[in-house]
Amino acid sequence: MKRVRYWSVKNARWLRLIYQGLENCLVVLHPIFIRVGYRRLDRGFASVEKLFKGFLFDSKSCGQCTLSETGMACPMNCPKSLRNGPCGGVRANGNCEVEPDMVCVWVTSWEGHQRIGNPVASIQVIQAPVDVRLKGSSAWLRAVRKRMGVSEA
Amino acid sequence: MIFDDEPLAGENLPILPGHDSPGRFERVLRAGHFAVTAEIAPPDSSDPHEVYQRAALFDGYVDAINATDGSGANCHMSSVGMCALLTRRGYSMIMQISCRDKNRIAMQGDVLGASAMGVSNILCLTGDGVQSGDHPEAKPVFDMDCMTSLQMIGGMRDDGQFMSGRKINCPPQVFLGAAANPFAPPMDYRPLRLAKKVAAGAQFVQTQYCFDVDRLKDYMSKVRGMGLDKKVFILAGVGPLASAKSAEWIRNNVAGVHIPDEIIKRLAGAKDQRQEGVNICIDMVNQVKEIEGVSGIHIMAYRQEERIAEIVEKSKVLGDRSPWYPNR
Repeated sequence: MKRVRYWSVKNARWLRLIYQGLENCLVVLHPIFIRVGYRRLDRGFASVEKLFKGFLFDSKSCGQCTLSETGMACPMNCPKSLRNGPCGGVRANGNCEVEPDMVCVWVTSWEGHQRIGNPVASIQVIQAPVDVRLKGSSAWLRAVRKRMGVSEA
Repeated sequence: MIFDDEPLAGENLPILPGHDSPGRFERVLRAGHFAVTAEIAPPDSSDPHEVYQRAALFDGYVDAINATDGSGANCHMSSVGMCALLTRRGYSMIMQISCRDKNRIAMQGDVLGASAMGVSNILCLTGDGVQSGDHPEAKPVFDMDCMTSLQMIGGMRDDGQFMSGRKINCPPQVFLGAAANPFAPPMDYRPLRLAKKVAAGAQFVQTQYCFDVDRLKDYMSKVRGMGLDKKVFILAGVGPLASAKSAEWIRNNVAGVHIPDEIIKRLAGAKDQRQEGVNICIDMVNQVKEIEGVSGIHIMAYRQEERIAEIVEKSKVLGDRSPWYPNR
């Protein structure tokens, strides 16, 4: 739903704070996750994520979430799935070249980014191309493991 | 223009210190000349002579030729094929790679193949959406984007390895380019986007058509403020409009092209609209070449390629320099 997605970007600032809080909570639970086993938890987390992120951000469950760096706009909604900024085809009214009725994902992303007040450097980080093997897996658990320096293997 | 270490046509130049490629285009830019590039329209044909004839229109007027890769998502002869034919004759080619049609495996293979055939310049593009072309039912690939493909090809060249980490025996020696659109929203993000492309490995950029010099000046002042003009060669995109009607059509139907009302009015008021389109283009060239930080122009004269000679001659953009061409 585009309307919810646009709303999320308008409210990017506090959604980002909630997101950060959630990540901090999950990091605290890391020892429990280790005991239960990340792999066993993945499917459950992924379905919860799909529900929440799907509703709020039209998330495409790529498993490699960049929401915090992209102004709480899911870049996978770009018809070219661009994760590193807007293409040159953005219409004069800020809408998408491919879907004329949709505001360019990166126009909203840039707005969200400024609302959050992130340093410019964070949107300038070059996001790696999507690893298609990770589609449908839990990005939250991945983020926790990354912060704790635990490898996925 | 002939270099002292000029090779036989079809063979590359030695790579000078501080250069990444054995091509003429990088040499011209690094020597501080104001460069001219032009886009060649790939034929809907398998006849090589159509390609040679189209390229010959540019002889003596351009430093390098862009071979487009399914531009506008329409099917034509491939950019690899065009480059293979034209590098054999010694032309300096800029091979465009669009992320729309190929995944990382195909792209890296093309880079090696192109480099083996003498392509010294590669331009990484996102590519138009399939919806805008003649095969809207096709599957859009977009495995990579222009940033990550710049990084990927830069890695092949500088680290001598594929994205997978597997070693490349002889890395491709290519000068890397990207596109820039200073005229599309979000306007305040556009200079940052250029910075990101430079960080990803772009060594030259060619911009979208410029019909609004003030907007380009504004963009360039921000670009200079960030010091980017010292890190990347910027070629301003220009081109002749055929008529007021076609300008109107382009404005409404071609994504990312910004044509102000004054330009359309000027065309509509002219007796010979086609000639006025060329005149406007010459005016644009004369204005953009004075902008600090602009290192050249990129002429896109779709279906008006024969007018490029006039644009280059009348704007005197090359000074007394005459770019290399075969059998000169």
